[in-house]
Amino acid sequence: MTVSPLIASVVFRAGPIPVTVPVVTTWIIMAVLTTGAWLATRRLAVRPRRGQAIIEILVTAIEQQIYETTRAPGRRLLPLLGTLFIFLVVANLSSAFPGVNAPTAHIETTGALALIVFFSTHYCGIRSRGLFGYLGSFAKPTILMLPLNLVSSVTRTFSLMVRLFGNIMSGEFVIGIVLSLAGLFVPVPLMLLEMLTGLVQAYIFTVLAAVFISAATGSAEAG
Amino acid sequence: MTLQMISILAAAVAVSFGAIGPALAEGRAVAAAMDAIARQPESAGTLSRTLFVGLAMIETMAIYCLVVALLVLFANPFIH
Repeated sequence: MTVSPLIASVVFRAGPIPVTVPVVTTWIIMAVLTTGAWLATRRLAVRPRRGQAIIEILVTAIEQQIYETTRAPGRRLLPLLGTLFIFLVVANLSSAFPGVNAPTAHIETTGALALIVFFSTHYCGIRSRGLFGYLGSFAKPTILMLPLNLVSSVTRTFSLMVRLFGNIMSGEFVIGIVLSLAGLFVPVPLMLLEMLTGLVQAYIFTVLAAVFISAATGSAEAG
Repeated sequence: MTLQMISILAAAVAVSFGAIGPALAEGRAVAAAMDAIARQPESAGTLSRTLFVGLAMIETMAIYCLVVALLVLFANPFIH
């Protein structure tokens, strides 16, 4: 039987806590992204050079997408959603490197990201409406919707987690199966498809996070 | 029939039957979006963004079936 995709192999143990391969991969991606962002923004100029222009296009494109999704100024959600998007793109595409397993192909990573979205949804909702205003929004339009709204706030976090995990993991799984059945270059089109899926899933995760947060803050209803 | 065989059959049934509904739904969604883009090409950006999010929502159902199949195969609580 092949290796279960639900179990990650342990690299080392920090006391009682096992540190698995996806965690180490996530750390490496975080280090690369942080160093890259620091290097790219070290010498900013009013007249941008080539590298700075690329990054400015990226940031303004993300901000524009957030604005078009939430119909609210994108600048406030840009740090959270932009970081989420860039991390997800790099994490989903990291399986293109030989020997690297995408950390999002393991359910712990996507679960942690979905928890970040879950807590930031409630934090943004409470901050923009006040505690009782936000809690009251669960009982709208009628009090009958209260249990459904409570359940949906948990299930959509769960589906966010399972969607990303399932897509990325199933892609890697299919590539592995095809590679074991057919020759060396047969899985290449599947790998290209998997890269497209990774980009689309990163986009979808970010857009859904934006939709959840804007629904909690109520800006979607106003706009 | 052993428990392993039943698990494999259950996984196959879960994925194959679970894929029917999302396949039909995605076909309908894409057809409707194509229709709308053909009528109003200027709103293609908004339509395709909404289409992608909607397709992801629909696809989640198939992914749920896949996860159930994986649970049955790899994390079955009744096989030790």
